[in-house]
Amino acid sequence: MLDMDYSPLLLSLKVAAISTFVVFVAGVFIAYVLAKRDFFGKSIVEALFLLPLVLPPTVVGFGLLILFGKKGWIGSWLLEWFDFQIVFTWIGAVIASIVVSFPLMYQSAAAAFESLDERLSNAARTMGASEWRVFWFIVFPLAWPGLLAGLVLSFARGLGEFGATLMLAGYIPGRTDTIPMAIYFAVESGQMEKATFWVVMISTFGFSLILWVNWWSKRNIRRFTKS
Amino acid sequence: MLYVEITKQLAHFEMNIHFEMCNEIMAFVGPSGSGKTTILDNIAGLAHPDHGLILSNECTFFTTGEKPVPARDRKVGYLFQDYALFPHMTVEKNIWFGVRNSERKDSHEMIRQLLVVLGIKHLLQKYPHQISGGEKQRVALARALATQPSVLLLDEPLSALDKETRKQCQDELLRLHNMWKIPFIIVTHDHDEAERLSDRIIYLEQGQITDEKRKRSVVSTY
Repeated sequence: MLDMDYSPLLLSLKVAAISTFVVFVAGVFIAYVLAKRDFFGKSIVEALFLLPLVLPPTVVGFGLLILFGKKGWIGSWLLEWFDFQIVFTWIGAVIASIVVSFPLMYQSAAAAFESLDERLSNAARTMGASEWRVFWFIVFPLAWPGLLAGLVLSFARGLGEFGATLMLAGYIPGRTDTIPMAIYFAVESGQMEKATFWVVMISTFGFSLILWVNWWSKRNIRRFTKS
Repeated sequence: MLYVEITKQLAHFEMNIHFEMCNEIMAFVGPSGSGKTTILDNIAGLAHPDHGLILSNECTFFTTGEKPVPARDRKVGYLFQDYALFPHMTVEKNIWFGVRNSERKDSHEMIRQLLVVLGIKHLLQKYPHQISGGEKQRVALARALATQPSVLLLDEPLSALDKETRKQCQDELLRLHNMWKIPFIIVTHDHDEAERLSDRIIYLEQGQITDEKRKRSVVSTY
């Protein structure tokens, strides 16, 4: 058995879980607000949200460095006022994960809200429901299969994030070495067994996750549509 | 009492509607796209006129230049075409959805009575996809009336039903109107249905009232 350090697994799960939580809340909220409103420049705002999907991770990482680096716009301010730095910390990995996985959550949530029958929300309104109640009792449960798909995709993306994380958080064993990072540097240093172990682990995890989501979604959609 | 006087610019024409009704059944008959559903949406607060006045009893739902009363505060029952039952809720939850927590205790007897009159007591634990078209229509009626509305709007309520079920549901509607004694507005394509159900028929074309017919004398209650 390999003499393994399991910290990449724990760190990856921590980074992916926190980033997924942030991305889920923000993605659902923003997609719902935008789905209900039409305004000048909406397409531009949406294109900006989806931009990290099409940009190379290094470009995203570069942008994040400009913002959060020691001399970056936000980074220098954080350092000066709170003596707090984001580069070369696990928080940098979380921020990189948030930025690259947000488009997946946003897109899934927007599609889920778009496909809902507006008459159901209207029916609830005529029955005295506030917008808050309409959202929690009608929109959210009906959009849930789509939101769940976005949640899982975001989690998987957060777990697999490499390029932007490397640029913002760097590779510091025990501090910022997520699984993708551990794989890359294990291969670099010729530790193929270690790399294989992490590759098998992350692939199995991803595969199981997708299987479970597909099974769950089908079961729930069937519940409301077939007798 | 319901008073409606609205002007609204639609895609192909300007809608101008003016009518007043008491606790009667009124039918809007007209071709598709003549503005029938838009009138219901304006009364329910799901859309707003450009100008006009909508009054229900003592409450001003809409008047030009003022903020409209939101749909949730209008107490207007709305039975949508195809019913719009919440697919993820049981029949029981659908019916109770609009009943406020503070009114739950007092509503028990009224809802029990509704379930008996409409014959849907046995469906309470079923989901909408597990019941027939006629049953859905009854559940949607019960749901709309459970909030104790001051007006009931019905958008082609019977169009999805077969002839026999349709006849039964028409009888039920008349029976319910006798019990509730509030204004019912029914939108329909079917002239015979309008004749059978309503006290008054308004014919619409391109957002204008082209004709009006009173079927039987209506005793005003206001």
